[in-house]
Amino acid sequence: MALIRAILSRLAGTAVTLIGVAVIVFVVIRVVPGNPIAMMLPPGATEDDIARLTARYGFDKSIPEQFVIWAQGVFQGDFGTSITARQPVLDLVLGRLPATLELSLLALAIAVTAGGTMAVLGTLWRGTPAEGAVDVAAGMSLSVPDFLWGLVLILLFGVIWPVFQISGRVSPALDLPFTTNFYLIESVLRLRFDITRDLLAHMILPSLALAIPLAAIIAQLLKQSLKEVMHLDYATLARTKGYSETHVILREALPNAILPTLTLVGVQFTFLIGGTVIIERLFSYEGLGNMAIDAVINRDLPLIQGIVILFAVLFTAVNLMVDLTYAALNPRLRHG
Amino acid sequence: MRLNRRAMLQLSAAGAALGVASLPARAQAIEELVIAYNVTLPSWDPTVGPSAVNPTIQGIYQSVFDQFILQQPDLTPAPGLLTDWGWNEDRTQVWMDVRTGVSWHDGSDFTPADVVWSLERAGAEETGNPIQFIWSTIGNFTVDGNRITADVLRFEPTIFKWMYFLTGYVLPKDYYERVGADGFESAPVGTGPYMVDGFERNAFVRLRANANYWNGVPEFETVTIRFVPDAASRVAEIESGNSHVTLEMPYEEYDRLRSGSLTGTATPVSDIGMIFLNDIDVMLDPNVRMAAALAIDKQTIIDRLLSGYGVAIDTLETPDYIAFDPGVTVPYDPDRAMELLAESGYSPDNPVRFTIQTTRGFKPKDYEMIQAIVGLWRRVGIEAEIEVYEIAKHYELRAADDLAPAAFYNWGNSVADPSTGTGFAMFGPTPHSVWDGQDLVDMIAPLWAEADEEARIQGWKDVDRYVADNALVIPLLQYVQPVLSAPGVNVVPHRSGALLPHLMTRA
Repeated sequence: MALIRAILSRLAGTAVTLIGVAVIVFVVIRVVPGNPIAMMLPPGATEDDIARLTARYGFDKSIPEQFVIWAQGVFQGDFGTSITARQPVLDLVLGRLPATLELSLLALAIAVTAGGTMAVLGTLWRGTPAEGAVDVAAGMSLSVPDFLWGLVLILLFGVIWPVFQISGRVSPALDLPFTTNFYLIESVLRLRFDITRDLLAHMILPSLALAIPLAAIIAQLLKQSLKEVMHLDYATLARTKGYSETHVILREALPNAILPTLTLVGVQFTFLIGGTVIIERLFSYEGLGNMAIDAVINRDLPLIQGIVILFAVLFTAVNLMVDLTYAALNPRLRHG
Repeated sequence: MRLNRRAMLQLSAAGAALGVASLPARAQAIEELVIAYNVTLPSWDPTVGPSAVNPTIQGIYQSVFDQFILQQPDLTPAPGLLTDWGWNEDRTQVWMDVRTGVSWHDGSDFTPADVVWSLERAGAEETGNPIQFIWSTIGNFTVDGNRITADVLRFEPTIFKWMYFLTGYVLPKDYYERVGADGFESAPVGTGPYMVDGFERNAFVRLRANANYWNGVPEFETVTIRFVPDAASRVAEIESGNSHVTLEMPYEEYDRLRSGSLTGTATPVSDIGMIFLNDIDVMLDPNVRMAAALAIDKQTIIDRLLSGYGVAIDTLETPDYIAFDPGVTVPYDPDRAMELLAESGYSPDNPVRFTIQTTRGFKPKDYEMIQAIVGLWRRVGIEAEIEVYEIAKHYELRAADDLAPAAFYNWGNSVADPSTGTGFAMFGPTPHSVWDGQDLVDMIAPLWAEADEEARIQGWKDVDRYVADNALVIPLLQYVQPVLSAPGVNVVPHRSGALLPHLMTRA
């Protein structure tokens, strides 16, 4: 019951957050410099032409009026029409969302696997030079930003040793018999592993670039937590029972040490999604982030609003899931 | 799970297999041409919306759609879907002869009705064609066989030039009316050299050669244009062999890569860099303006910052524009600049001060060029403060006539006519002009409707001379477009800057 109350409370808070984001974004992108009408003025435009264009896109009304019109549309599922693509914003952003989600989730999986492995190895080898090597690797991974990792990966695996694709999401020549834009998931479900392989060859470098800094954070935090619990009584008891050090770490220490890491991963995952904006651009990956940059350059206000709100929904949803997972795993919260 | 040496080896082998399976075909003969393009394609209709007037994507449009009149790589017109055209004697009517034997990508016949419909649609206010003000100058179309005749509603001497310029495309009447705007967006049909085979927004467009193309079947059967906006990624694309052709990379990278196995072409294109001067504050002083112009060593800036890739210009006309006058020059003369400033009471110890606005990274070395210019100005007694802004802000400020006294910008004019260069840039009443002096407005106004072509061009040359003599704008350089191509493909550069796959051949 307490959990349900907590969920309802969080959902209400999420709604308020999204409304706040919508208002702020709507106002901010209209007051910052860069008028979309000025960008599309024809060479010989007269005052009448400018007024007509302004009215055509609804920019002749006050910002509150524009917001009310936009909000009414949103409640009916209409997020407006992109100025540059001349397509419904909702179709555009939902069409690109699966690409970004798949990339982010793959990056998360790599980060958790790599970071977790580094933490376990660092704990296993604690007090030895190998632990120092793990710490140095984590420190280096963390101190280099994701876009720089992207450039390094392009150079290494795209140019010097060209084993992976460095742009796009899938080879243009492939015929995709899919009904959704979750290409990776659907290719697996349809057993089209040729497409899965092609998708992974495109996704591996951008997801690695996103994953490396997060893996380092996970490694550092989880190793610290593991080292702390390895001194506790139940770990000592397990050792005295004759269990191996690996068993003690994985079976006894890890379940207790993982909670703080889980919270951090949730928070960091939202940053990882934010990082897709630059990484998708760098790898010409057809996701929301790449689209967001074009929208900002072209001052495509309806599209910017749609993308930002979708990102906000993603962030709040991830945070909500983290909280619920934390509550489910933490007995003190689970029982109120 | 225990990570042992065997498991690590297995993982490594799997990773290598995954990668090798998708290796780019670097050394193989080119079957499918891949081009790493520098911009994305937001919309397929080349006649409406902001994309229609974006010069950088015209090459993609021209691969799928034909313009009314063909523009050759040297910017001169040639028979296209219109085989001949002209005015009647008193210039009250235009006539156009339409090519026969052309078919649309869907197999239907191209007819004069398509041309009439395209022109009427372009001229209608409700369509949203940004160049409607030009297309609406002709109307009341009649068709007799393959000849179309129309009344001149307002004489526009450049109407036929616009037929191979922005939004001057012929679209299929029947198909468009049948499928509507959304249907056309998802399945565009043209008469151009390539047909759209696949399109992923922000990712790629896949083109298939039009086997019935009236101007010869393109050599490459399949062309994929990848949208790679990041310059470093484009360099990696061509260097890795993932793409066969790319354009617009830093000149240093261009020099490095073309000295290897790649072929480079660097051609001056119809795009210039300039400094707008606003008729406010200290810019109202002709001595300050002229000193600012004389103090810039354009050639040195091109040599040092752009590795020599650029052509110094002294008017808004490049050497390949029809109103270019080699007799109009503004030499680098810092001594004269100091004299002029001294006449107005300024010196290096008592400099004239103003703000110069510039983008940073929008054009090659734009900010660095302005930094160099500010340094040169400082030597003669001009202290300029640099303000960096986004290109969107530039457009907003320019439309509102709120630019700083000096502002860097670039101007494309692939039709090479002075009206679309000097005209729109310097005619006060247009939203793109910055200098609003009435004397210049009076000089330019009669030229818009000048029917005598020789007099019209001479008129624009006079305007250019007046602009240079009074330093109403500071032209800097004509840009050079670097293109890199892999062994096995020949690229024919187009002076408009459009990278056209149907002009590419196997080496």
